[in-house]
Amino acid sequence: MSERATVQFKVNGKSCAAEVEPRTTLADCLRHDLGLTGTHVGCEHGICGACTVILDGAAVRACLMFAVQAEGAQIVTVEGLANGDSLSPLQASFRKHHALQCGFCTPGILTTAHILLSEEPDADENRIREVLSGNICRCTGYVQIVEAVLDARAAYKQKTAASP
Amino acid sequence: MKAPRFEYVRPTRLEDAIGALAKHGSDAKAIAGGQSLVPMLAFRLAAPRLLVDIGRIPGLNQITVGGDGIALGALVRWRDIERSDELRRAHPLLVEAVRHVAHYQIRNRGTVGGSLAHADPAAEMPGIAVTCDAQIVVAGVRGRRTIPAAEFFVAALSTALEPDELIVEVRLPPWPQGRRWAFEEFARRRGDFALAGVALFYDVGADGRAANAHVGAIGVGDVPLRLAAAEAVLERKLLTEPLIREAGAAAAASVNPADDIHAPGEYRRALLGVLTERALARAAGLPLRESA
Repeated sequence: MSERATVQFKVNGKSCAAEVEPRTTLADCLRHDLGLTGTHVGCEHGICGACTVILDGAAVRACLMFAVQAEGAQIVTVEGLANGDSLSPLQASFRKHHALQCGFCTPGILTTAHILLSEEPDADENRIREVLSGNICRCTGYVQIVEAVLDARAAYKQKTAASP
Repeated sequence: MKAPRFEYVRPTRLEDAIGALAKHGSDAKAIAGGQSLVPMLAFRLAAPRLLVDIGRIPGLNQITVGGDGIALGALVRWRDIERSDELRRAHPLLVEAVRHVAHYQIRNRGTVGGSLAHADPAAEMPGIAVTCDAQIVVAGVRGRRTIPAAEFFVAALSTALEPDELIVEVRLPPWPQGRRWAFEEFARRRGDFALAGVALFYDVGADGRAANAHVGAIGVGDVPLRLAAAEAVLERKLLTEPLIREAGAAAAASVNPADDIHAPGEYRRALLGVLTERALARAAGLPLRESA
């Protein structure tokens, strides 16, 4: 029954393989099989957003798909945002604005906000709030989170302007 | 919770997917985006022995806009609809409704076919399908058939699909220029299933009167509903504030939502009336005083 299958995909630019049961979620595969525990698992049924990763350029809930479905995909987790030891502009903005307390929801918010600003560097406060409605934070009340994302837009606008 | 154990296949041909479903009957479930099915598995509300992943079957993710209407392949994702300039012109009501589906991350994975097959009574896509007289094309071992949306939704989470059948596409009739429309829903938190919602449209005749009024409701019954009584109020009439109030009252009177943990039935009924009024006012471009 439910034989294990080998699944291969790229995580943060690196080719990875794992042997998983079909029922293993992508979130559990990243954490347990690949040791990437930056992706947090909160509700396990798609409500809280803590497990959000970027799959083929789109923010998705890693608890709402099975690892076997990600075969061949390009995945970016929160571990893939920083450049070595230096924080990404979005992460630096979160630090500057004190946009986290316990930090449990933060990986999902960072991955979501990163892809949002990569695609929509002009996103306004309403748009940011609408997008982050899919990420539940029980500490901060979102004010500083939204401020941090708004403040990080400048870095993404520069990046967009610099790219050919 | 973790999902129960299951086996997994990922056919790349529609016939193979149908074959797997036919062989395993109700022990098998199709999965694509998984945004409804995976939570069902996590809650152990579903425990199929086999998941048939149809997500990589080519040709099912097309959006086609033509003179005879719009066809959305079963694998079209909400994000594809939200981002389609063509659909914004060709079916603005569809695009507006889809913006209300769950959250950003869910809209990146969830599919048209998945939402129709899951048949949540408060979901937007089934509501649009019923409101707009959509045709749902399904394929099974006995070939293809086309099911009118009004006959497709049988009960909450229950459809006319046979165990071996897959949704291939949904077809929406053409959307004439100048059509008036609005979508309104109310949920306590952004992204939750709506407590009630209204999708409606009407065409405006040369005399300025409403024609071909379609009023649909979600969240107020076992299945998405067409509200014939509210439509009858509008037919061949000029939209005025008193008429809008009358249509709202007719909408509320024509449903009988049950009490549940989210809201008393009477609350949903009253909400539907208010949402119908707001939607009609928006469609007609009329200011509306909030009722006391």
